[in-house]
Amino acid sequence: MEINKITVLREGVNSTFQDLGRNNCYHIGLPFSGAMDKRNYLIANKLVGNKHNEAVIEFAYQGPLIKIEDGNINFAISGDIKFNIKKNGKLITGDCYKNYNLSKNDEVDIISTNNSVYGYFAVSGGFDLKNNFGSYSTHVRSKVGANNGNKIQKDENFFIKDFKDKHVNKSLKYINSKIEYIRILKGTNFDYFFEQSIKEFTSKEFLVTKLSDRMGMRLQGSKIKNLKETNIRSEGLIKGVIQVPADGNPIIMLSDHGTIGGYPKIGVVISADYDRLVQTPSGKKIKFKLIELKEAEKLYKLYQMETENLLSQI
Amino acid sequence: MIKNISNLGDAALYCDFGNDVNQKTNFKVIKYFKHIKKKNIEGITNLIPSYNKLIISFDLNVVNFTELKKKIEDIKFPENDIRRNQKIIKIPTCCDDEFALDIERLSSKLNLTKKEILEKYFNKEYFCYMTGFIAGMPFLGDIDEKIRLERLETPRVKVPKGAVGITEQFANIYTFESPGGWNILGSTPTKIFDKANERQPTLICPGDKVLFYEINKKEYFKLNGNK
Repeated sequence: MEINKITVLREGVNSTFQDLGRNNCYHIGLPFSGAMDKRNYLIANKLVGNKHNEAVIEFAYQGPLIKIEDGNINFAISGDIKFNIKKNGKLITGDCYKNYNLSKNDEVDIISTNNSVYGYFAVSGGFDLKNNFGSYSTHVRSKVGANNGNKIQKDENFFIKDFKDKHVNKSLKYINSKIEYIRILKGTNFDYFFEQSIKEFTSKEFLVTKLSDRMGMRLQGSKIKNLKETNIRSEGLIKGVIQVPADGNPIIMLSDHGTIGGYPKIGVVISADYDRLVQTPSGKKIKFKLIELKEAEKLYKLYQMETENLLSQI
Repeated sequence: MIKNISNLGDAALYCDFGNDVNQKTNFKVIKYFKHIKKKNIEGITNLIPSYNKLIISFDLNVVNFTELKKKIEDIKFPENDIRRNQKIIKIPTCCDDEFALDIERLSSKLNLTKKEILEKYFNKEYFCYMTGFIAGMPFLGDIDEKIRLERLETPRVKVPKGAVGITEQFANIYTFESPGGWNILGSTPTKIFDKANERQPTLICPGDKVLFYEINKKEYFKLNGNK
């Protein structure tokens, strides 16, 4: 058996191993985690012939610089990413949604995301990692998941499981879609807020601030004024919930959020718009649109059909 | 016994057990949580019990809000009293000045001596309402009415792992170094969350009873070293 080994020469920003997420752990205080942009995660795995829940490297804004230490790898990158490949000493500009074969001493330099946040690096066969609570998804705060719950560090080595079909070329024509609005449903404390504030919340633009990460997205815009109570009894949270603390600036819970919170919930982002929400970089603005549950369910079916259609084209 | 089930987004049920935060209401939440968990209902991805709410998240590819709501409403819940299976967990706590970061604040705001505060704190059996926020963190209650105090005005950026804190009617243990605003009165060397023990990673579970007992610094470091 061949040994396929990579070295991380530069770690990039918030580079972690992720998969489809961790079920049934919220009640002990562990969030779902998992790949932030599920569609791009699934596409990356399909492009290298993996099963749909294989761990990949997720990075934010800038990805790692990876060198092949030994053996061969077949990789693909998904998202809207600028990257270079150094193969046999020659520099090639990389294309997303396409697989590449690399051998010993070749390098992949994931330079940056274009106007988006997250990207995915998948390898055929998958990384040889230990899972935790049935998932490879890393939650740095509780040190749970692959790589002992840590971010990927400079000079770390990782092994890649053996794989077949090394030279099958796969690709997908795909442009990451943008939407005008992030659609939301009413939160359980919708009536805690002034009518005027709700009007502003669902019509004005909100800035995605720098204080945004895998845990949450902090927004700034019109102050959302509370008419009832700025704290509620602590209760469970799920990803997509929009909480409004006393300062009136909304926070959207993302995949690594604390499992319990005590701020009123004004809204919840619909499942179909989550991938696109998380890809909004800090400094950009977003707008919300309030819809009904039935419509959200319909939009999710559409989203799911679209995803399956894309996967079937690979 | 659930007062109302509404939707939290398009992929979760929000079960409300009423406004009261007391052990009676919380026992109902825990009972429902345990029963639903045991039933392994298809599509349910997570259950999050808290003082008086139970949130059930689900996979929209498998089930939707209306279908799952009906399923939950149709479940016949057993009449048994889960209190019979309550575990009692003893937590050694060191309240040396090195660990009792907010004892001065508590003492001056509550108008009690350090000794009086600790006496009231240790002389009580607590009940675990829920675990969460960070992995394994237990929310325990109810503390003596005379030692109840609001959170710090400015939360600490880093509360050390093992810190034991109180606020309002509750006590808790920081299972990881984390930001936080509770009034810290000691530290425990006991490991509360163990990720290697996947079947039972949390030492304290909702519904359990907890007793704190005081240890000195020497005992603290001995226990800590043996961990």
